Amino acid sequence: MSVSSEHAPAPEAKAPEKGAAPSRWTTALRDMASSSATVIIFAILGALILAAVLIAAADPTVQKTAGYIFARPADFFKAVWDSVSGAYSALFRGAIYNPDAATFARKIKPITETLTAATPLIFAGLGLGIGFRSGIFNIGAQGQVVLGAVVSAYFGFAFNLPVVLHLIVAIIGGFLAGGLWAGIAGFLKARFGANEVIVTIMLNSIAGFLMSYLLTTTAFMRPGSNNPVSQRVADTAMFPKLLGQDFRLHWGFVLALLAAVAVWWLMERSVLGYRFRAVGFNPDAARTAGIKVERMYLYVMLVAGGLAGMGGVSQTLGTEGVLQEGVAGSIGFDAITVALLGRSRPAGIVGAAILFGALRAGSPLMQTDSNTPIDIVQVVQALVVLLIAAPPLVRAIFRLPVPLKEVAA
Amino acid sequence: MSTATALSPNSKSLEGTILPPISWKGPITYTVIGLIAIFGFGLTVGGGDETNFVLSASSDAIKFGTLVVPSRALSVAIGVLILAIAAFAAYGAAKRIRYGAWLPSLVGVLGIISFLVWSGAGKAESLPIPLLLSQGIIFAVPLAFGAMAGLINERVGIINIAIEGQLLAGAFTGAVVATLTGNPYLALLFAPIAGALVGVLLAFFSIKYKVDQIVVGVVLNVLVIGITGYLFSTVLKNNKGTLNTPPGLSKIEIPILSDIPIIGSVLFNQNILVYLMFAAVILLQFLLFRSRWGLRLRSVGEHPKAADTVGIKVNRTRWINVMIGGAVAGLGGVAFTVMQGIGFGKEMTSGKGYIALAAMILGRWNPNGALAAALLFGFAEALRGTLSIVGTPVPTQFLAMLPYLATIFAVAGLVGKVRAPAAEGKPYEK
Repeated sequence: MSVSSEHAPAPEAKAPEKGAAPSRWTTALRDMASSSATVIIFAILGALILAAVLIAAADPTVQKTAGYIFARPADFFKAVWDSVSGAYSALFRGAIYNPDAATFARKIKPITETLTAATPLIFAGLGLGIGFRSGIFNIGAQGQVVLGAVVSAYFGFAFNLPVVLHLIVAIIGGFLAGGLWAGIAGFLKARFGANEVIVTIMLNSIAGFLMSYLLTTTAFMRPGSNNPVSQRVADTAMFPKLLGQDFRLHWGFVLALLAAVAVWWLMERSVLGYRFRAVGFNPDAARTAGIKVERMYLYVMLVAGGLAGMGGVSQTLGTEGVLQEGVAGSIGFDAITVALLGRSRPAGIVGAAILFGALRAGSPLMQTDSNTPIDIVQVVQALVVLLIAAPPLVRAIFRLPVPLKEVAA
Repeated sequence: MSTATALSPNSKSLEGTILPPISWKGPITYTVIGLIAIFGFGLTVGGGDETNFVLSASSDAIKFGTLVVPSRALSVAIGVLILAIAAFAAYGAAKRIRYGAWLPSLVGVLGIISFLVWSGAGKAESLPIPLLLSQGIIFAVPLAFGAMAGLINERVGIINIAIEGQLLAGAFTGAVVATLTGNPYLALLFAPIAGALVGVLLAFFSIKYKVDQIVVGVVLNVLVIGITGYLFSTVLKNNKGTLNTPPGLSKIEIPILSDIPIIGSVLFNQNILVYLMFAAVILLQFLLFRSRWGLRLRSVGEHPKAADTVGIKVNRTRWINVMIGGAVAGLGGVAFTVMQGIGFGKEMTSGKGYIALAAMILGRWNPNGALAAALLFGFAEALRGTLSIVGTPVPTQFLAMLPYLATIFAVAGLVGKVRAPAAEGKPYEK
């Protein structure tokens, strides 16, 4: 989106009236500075700065030096710098590249961990993105992730199938489970006009209880164990590792990227996607044009839920290998922020998922290295999305120019 | 339709003959519940089984002994009674008579009694009714405040998904303030401020920057969970004694009333927050529908343009009431920490804000209804706790699902029509 605006400077007729028409370069620079990409970068920057305030405020050295800030301000600023740079450099070393590690494999392990953490977020984010673009606010990704995890894990350990087939069957099982779970909300919206926000929130909780019930049944539990942990998924149903056994990164990541391409094709090139978007833009107009709006709601939820279910699949068949409480973590909720940050576009969602995956992957090292609790990641995540959702606010904070078309309007 | 009325002179007489469609949902639902009571709860237990109920708390002035009832006979009797109500409702439906909320409530209470009888059938342990009720009320407090916060916001046209965050902020602030000052009542003053601050953020982004209200709500929840969790891990954990050991709210016994058997100690020997909850519901019900403030609030939520035309400042009304709503939810947050005298814990609201939202919808955006729904959910939670001790034929996870299922049914319109304020979720532009 932003790329096109760089290549095609606005014609001079569109420029503001007062004074001489600005040169092509001014216009191009202004376009760049006001583009949504710039807003996103500055929003991330703003969130990191705000979080840095929290990090510094909780640091004991900073608190101590703040006591005599007027006597020796340098101490205070050094303490602030130490605490913030310590936390963020640990985050970087945990998420991207660790120069302190002994071997090359260990050095690049952080970035593979980031991609591993991003995989379920890509799937679930793609699903939510489809919903958002079709005018459906699906908060239920969490429940769909849970159902996908439950069914794929069950297929993974209960069936006995040959290598490739077993994985495919388990994947399809998880996809269908997530899709059908979301389909409940889609059906209720289509048939009774039930608000999908409420229904999906309720379905999240129900899915959680369903999973904790299933984990107490003999069908799921390990024989002779009372722990709420399922049997291990058979090796035939596990995603193969992408970079060998030293890394947790699995082929689920590649599948997620393929899913992103597929979603792009669905939304931009297929008739069904066109209908989805039409319903999202204006349901009344879509209805007038002969699109069966109610049926589209159901289809959207089936596809979106299936993708979210794949998020659960990549957890059970890729990363964890078992079903247990917390296997879904907060993927479904994080995916909402991923989809919002990615503006519901596949490429944006992949980028956002990798960013949040990096925050996830880097936070444990940050906690051990610099005593900054993991919770700061949630703060950063929330702030990024809040700022991105309000571009005028970001522009006001960082004094970015307003896009020409908004000035004209 | 209006054009047809203008064209045809006969339309007046025609209008009288067009009747609203008969809604059979109520009678059908009641029949199903009645049949479940007879065949699911009544006939599945042994013929000689009995259920024990404890009716009096140990502190009651007038004590009853343990009530022993024959399980099968009582459940079947209740089932038959519910079927009779269903028949009555079917008669009413055919005549297009509308009954109030008392009919479904009655069926609900009867259904719960028959379920209790079934759960306790043939067990040596008794079901402690006063304990169940008083716990249910305690569990209902944050839900009721959260639901009231939600309905104030939604009635003014702003969807408040951030109830969860507001409760959490209130719980956190309440715990810290009460510990620092040693006075639990100050928590009741400061927790609303914390909730209102979350409300300020909600208003700032949704009114000023017109960001999608659901998005803001969801993200604010993440933000508050993050900030309180962060502060908990960095500050509270290491200074538990000085920052996170709040004194509890003590019980205040209302003389005479608290001596009423069974419900006396449940309703009239509670802490101040419970009394505040009841007072707030009554007050809000009155203000919302009988005061100038309420009329303005509702008009802004239903038709902002019309409100603007008569001189009501739409966005200012929204700002103020979003903050009031936040304060109400913040007060409810005290229930998690100070009310019970326990310290703050990470994400301790565990989704209660969303249940509060459900209670608001189930209560059809009315304070009375919201309280009833909150009590229902609170009772369901208390029941789950009790039954997991007494032992139950149903896995407790399924009991835990009940409030959520009830809400889905309500939203899907199976238990009557629910309608949200017309202008909710839409930013107002002149």
